[in-house]
Amino acid sequence: MSWETVIGLETHVQLSTKTKLFSRASTAFGASPNTNVNLIDCGLPGVLPSVNKEAFYKAIRFGMAVGAQINQTSIFDRKNYFYADLPKGYQITQMDLPIVIGGSIEIIIDELTKTINITRAHLEEDAGKSIHDEFEGFSAIDLNRAGTPLLEIVSEPEISNAKEAVAYMKAMHQLVTFLDVSDGNMAQGSLRCDANVSIRKKGDKELGTRTEIKNINSFKFIEKAINFEIKRQIKILENGEKVVQETRLYDSSKDETRPMRSKEFANDYRYFPEPDLLPVIISDEEIQKIRDEFPELPKEKEIRYQQEYGLTAMMRKSLHPLSPWLISLKLLYKKRKITPFYQIG
Amino acid sequence: MSIQFKSIADLREMLDDKSISASELIQESLELAKKYKELNCFVTMNEEFSVKKANAIDVNKKTSSRLSGIPLAQKDLFCTEGLRTTCSSKILSNFIPPYTATAVKKLEDAGSITIGKTNMDEFAMGSSNETSFFGNVHNPWKKGYVPGGSSGGSAAAVAAGIVPAATGTDTGGSIRQPAAHCGITGLKPTYGRISRWGMIAFASSLDQAGPLARTAEDCAILLNTMSGHDAKDTTSLNSNVPDFLENINQPIDGLKIGLIKEFNLSDLDSQVQARFEESKKAYEKLGAQFIEVSLPNISASVPTYYSIAPAECSSNLSRFDGVRFGHRAESTDDLNDLYIKSRSEGFGDEVKRRILIGTYALSAGYYDAYYKKAQQVRRLIKNDFDNAFQSVDALMTPTSPNTAFKFGSKGTQNPVELYLEDLFTISSNLAGLPAISIPHGQVNSLPVGLQLIGNFLREDQLLNAAHIFQKNSDYHLAKPNLGDF
Repeated sequence: MSWETVIGLETHVQLSTKTKLFSRASTAFGASPNTNVNLIDCGLPGVLPSVNKEAFYKAIRFGMAVGAQINQTSIFDRKNYFYADLPKGYQITQMDLPIVIGGSIEIIIDELTKTINITRAHLEEDAGKSIHDEFEGFSAIDLNRAGTPLLEIVSEPEISNAKEAVAYMKAMHQLVTFLDVSDGNMAQGSLRCDANVSIRKKGDKELGTRTEIKNINSFKFIEKAINFEIKRQIKILENGEKVVQETRLYDSSKDETRPMRSKEFANDYRYFPEPDLLPVIISDEEIQKIRDEFPELPKEKEIRYQQEYGLTAMMRKSLHPLSPWLISLKLLYKKRKITPFYQIG
Repeated sequence: MSIQFKSIADLREMLDDKSISASELIQESLELAKKYKELNCFVTMNEEFSVKKANAIDVNKKTSSRLSGIPLAQKDLFCTEGLRTTCSSKILSNFIPPYTATAVKKLEDAGSITIGKTNMDEFAMGSSNETSFFGNVHNPWKKGYVPGGSSGGSAAAVAAGIVPAATGTDTGGSIRQPAAHCGITGLKPTYGRISRWGMIAFASSLDQAGPLARTAEDCAILLNTMSGHDAKDTTSLNSNVPDFLENINQPIDGLKIGLIKEFNLSDLDSQVQARFEESKKAYEKLGAQFIEVSLPNISASVPTYYSIAPAECSSNLSRFDGVRFGHRAESTDDLNDLYIKSRSEGFGDEVKRRILIGTYALSAGYYDAYYKKAQQVRRLIKNDFDNAFQSVDALMTPTSPNTAFKFGSKGTQNPVELYLEDLFTISSNLAGLPAISIPHGQVNSLPVGLQLIGNFLREDQLLNAAHIFQKNSDYHLAKPNLGDF
């Protein structure tokens, strides 16, 4: 029998704001545990969040870049669950009115372009970290990361294999670093994804039961985790069994995925609008300002180069603003604080 | 001369003409608190710091503020830096906050002195102060009777004359109902008038801080200081704060007061009714006109409130998990066990009940039927008020259907019985409107309260109407006989 894979990705992009989404504590990576934490981040009784507009500006830049609709009025919701590194017992996120709706990203596979549509992108706060292996008999909590702004970008289930998933994540990585939305440092968790993988018979209209592989943080692991999961699910289906809807974790040391929370589908997050925050309204002036400061997008540039300078496809490719050597050149200029003699990228 | 039962205005005069020093005043206030310890108004005293601050005020001799040197009590859900803040719950019985709530900080920056933290219903959930981990508070008017709730300790401390005023919070009547039961004046301002930063949340969209005092004038003095936008609470209002004392003395000729058609007062105790009729006549004599108005959806207030408030509380109280602060159960097996034991041991029955109701109201499949529906009804109630205020300046109701009752006599079998205590007060929280309760006589030797509900941001009108009433009557001057304590 012939099988078909359907993949949707939820990408978590840590935004490169100086301070957290709802507090003025620093987001700097690598500080000693629990030092980038203030009253709000540790969820003390009586504290209230206030919104960091910079995170919205970055989310909007992303939205504009992928041709999405920007919700100038967006609201926050609470996602309720208990975990030791979630200080308030709920995460502030966006449910019904996310900042970004729609848009798309193009990926290139073997010289062919494919468009992956984006469902939505919403702002939310990150949780802290639980450390289980450092103290005998105890778990430790580091809240430095708690409250760091994340943009969660949800793709449509239009990715067909692991290779495409990697291409999508690479395109995403290039875009968010190019836009200065995120530092894109995957080793530090600035860009990570959850992959929803399901298998169906070729030609079937209905989607198969999916599993969600959580928190994959390198291109290599995305490919390996998805390929493992595809094989695992096909094997189950070929044996005439059913795939269980669950959350799985990819273990790179064993190169396998295994169940994390098998009762995940029964979880009830009891979402409701966050009563501590008013709807966030982005004015037309703010939108215009972001638009004015918007860098020329790679695609637009390509067309302009072609029209103005008659560059060939080959030349354009090497001058592509996302081509690795141009990015490193730009970084070099930025570091040295040199203004380039002529415009690059 | 004793400072007991004195108003802020009285004490200010005594301090200014040097008939008493700040230190003497604070000392006396602290002694009164000790003398009436049996009332159980206070959870934690702030003696050492109070005495120090009073001494400093005497040395500095600067009395630029009306509140300088005035003793106040703070409801024990306002965080106070270095001073234990419990919300009258076991789960916070060891919690010492590292910061002070904005409302309290503003009062303290104006020179007032926090002598202690007052007893309350646990996490402000209750109407009788009987859900406190630290025991019942007696009504100063009658031993063994409730002071009302949830700001019961604050109301009793003011009624017993220990402090001239205290802070409270009002989510469904928690300032006005205890003010009524204790024979004092209590104001719930417009939602957002006073910052919620540092106020331990019960139901975020309904909670509002406010003053309890002996007079409307003293409420205005406190409100002047407590009000204003706070960058730390983005739901606090960015609107102009008037001087609430400025027009408090204006005649109320032509003031249009609405009577709510849907509140059928003939169902009430005949004496509560009689007091209400008398006050209506008194207001007519002062030049007010009464108009009947219809608020067709107001009868849905209690169920609406008891869907929204528990839902928000179920989420707000999730942070009390034994991980970072507060009570943590001993010898637990794993994280889940730590949560279950810490919270089971730390919360009382009423709090648990409301967390359960709220969790249910928000859960998948029920959200639309309960929480969302309640929010829609809330909007209708708000619209009813908006319509009513097209034709009237204020609305008048009794504050509570009853006077104070005996410990343990209500809601022990059926909690809903106690929830109905909030019938008249709840709707102004749902609509975010200001409302005041003033004493207007007694029934069976227990005080009765009269409520005025005002339009959005019109605390000035309420304080004016209340002050003129108090200028022309002496109900607010009645003092309990504290011989039993």
